[in-house]
Amino acid sequence: MKFAHASSLTFTVNGTVHSLDVATHHNLLDVLRDVLELTGTKECCVEGECGACTVLVDGRSVNSCLMLAVEADGREITTVEGLASEGRLSPLQEAFLDEGAVQCGFCIPGQLMSAQELLAKNPHPTVDEVRDGLVGNLCRCAGYQQITAAVLAVAEAADR
Amino acid sequence: MRPFEYARPQTVDEVVALLDEHGPEAHVLAGGTDLLIGLRHGTIRPRIVVDVKRVAEIRPEIRENEGVLRISATAVLTDVIGDERVQSDFPALVEAAATVGSVAIRNRATLAGNICNASPAADTAPALLVYGAEIDLMSLSGTRRVLLDDFFVGPGETEIQPGEIVTAISLPIPARPVGVAFGRMTRRRGVDLATINLCCLVDSDGVTIFAYGAVGPRPFLVRDETGVLADRGAEERERDAVLREMAGHASPISDVRASAEYRQAMLGVLSRRALGKATDRLAAA
Repeated sequence: MKFAHASSLTFTVNGTVHSLDVATHHNLLDVLRDVLELTGTKECCVEGECGACTVLVDGRSVNSCLMLAVEADGREITTVEGLASEGRLSPLQEAFLDEGAVQCGFCIPGQLMSAQELLAKNPHPTVDEVRDGLVGNLCRCAGYQQITAAVLAVAEAADR
Repeated sequence: MRPFEYARPQTVDEVVALLDEHGPEAHVLAGGTDLLIGLRHGTIRPRIVVDVKRVAEIRPEIRENEGVLRISATAVLTDVIGDERVQSDFPALVEAAATVGSVAIRNRATLAGNICNASPAADTAPALLVYGAEIDLMSLSGTRRVLLDDFFVGPGETEIQPGEIVTAISLPIPARPVGVAFGRMTRRRGVDLATINLCCLVDSDGVTIFAYGAVGPRPFLVRDETGVLADRGAEERERDAVLREMAGHASPISDVRASAEYRQAMLGVLSRRALGKATDRLAAA
């Protein structure tokens, strides 16, 4: 068998199917940002420590810096650009704005994606569950109180 | 990252053929949460990366068979934590796995990968050691099973031979009541390597086993068969003497996380706490 340094990749990103040739050593983050020009997902530590590059892969949050692009073949990816629909922010995004959770904004796409997974699995999290769910997302503005409040607010609003 | 070839075999036969052909120039990819960092830093420089996530025989699975729970090599920590049989028979493994990295890391990182990476601080290692986990290996020449205690060699070093792949981790379901507890100390709550970690198992025959992590070149086991530790009525002074003797087998180093002296001191504190929890759990079992 012969293997190349490039590989074909077919995957769904925010509902759209893409077929690309990618270098096998490029990570998912590189392809999302540099090839698909979806720059909402951020590059920061590139070690899985900060969470700025968090996206959903088949509904589960993943550090896109720690995943080769070719591993996404056949998978369904959701990035922060996939949260809003028809020009309207999602309730979670609205809650982040309402609670003042967005300061410099760099970590927010990752925070949103982790919160998205948390609420999908656990629609009524406690404060501790929110903190554990978002433990992999660092915020250097230290807006943790407001971020936690935003996640709890959208969970409460879903009850009404 | 330096370029490499990428293979995505569909069967274990293809995997072992590739590993045999490329030897030390091949590297297995399961979750990738350690491998991708190594590739990026150039500390791991394979010619070919063999992605085993779509191999039919080792697809993510946790299955019980004749008193053994088999966790396949591609099962991620999130699945291990969420599995009802792991929760009921190996609760300390759930406690340990839940401390690894973050949600996003646990969604990708495999239990087998945590063991193959062989970090002295691997959080799942102490629990797997006290539960008597065995590692299933496969190569072109066949399969073999190695006790986890014999699998760890040193930091980043295991019994895996060139051409071999780990296919599963097998956990014998305890036949008698046991009480088990995991303990860990870190500088911050999430996404941190353990300063020290440990697991304590007490069984109904009065045997107490500790597995210590991050206090030596590899996670390791120590046993007490005097019955003193398991005896809830024993004098605290007596128990502390046995715990001190056991902790004396540790050889911690000083690094960015803690000094050797601090690690040694905290090993005593965490051991006492874990022993208390494990004996309580045995009493309640």
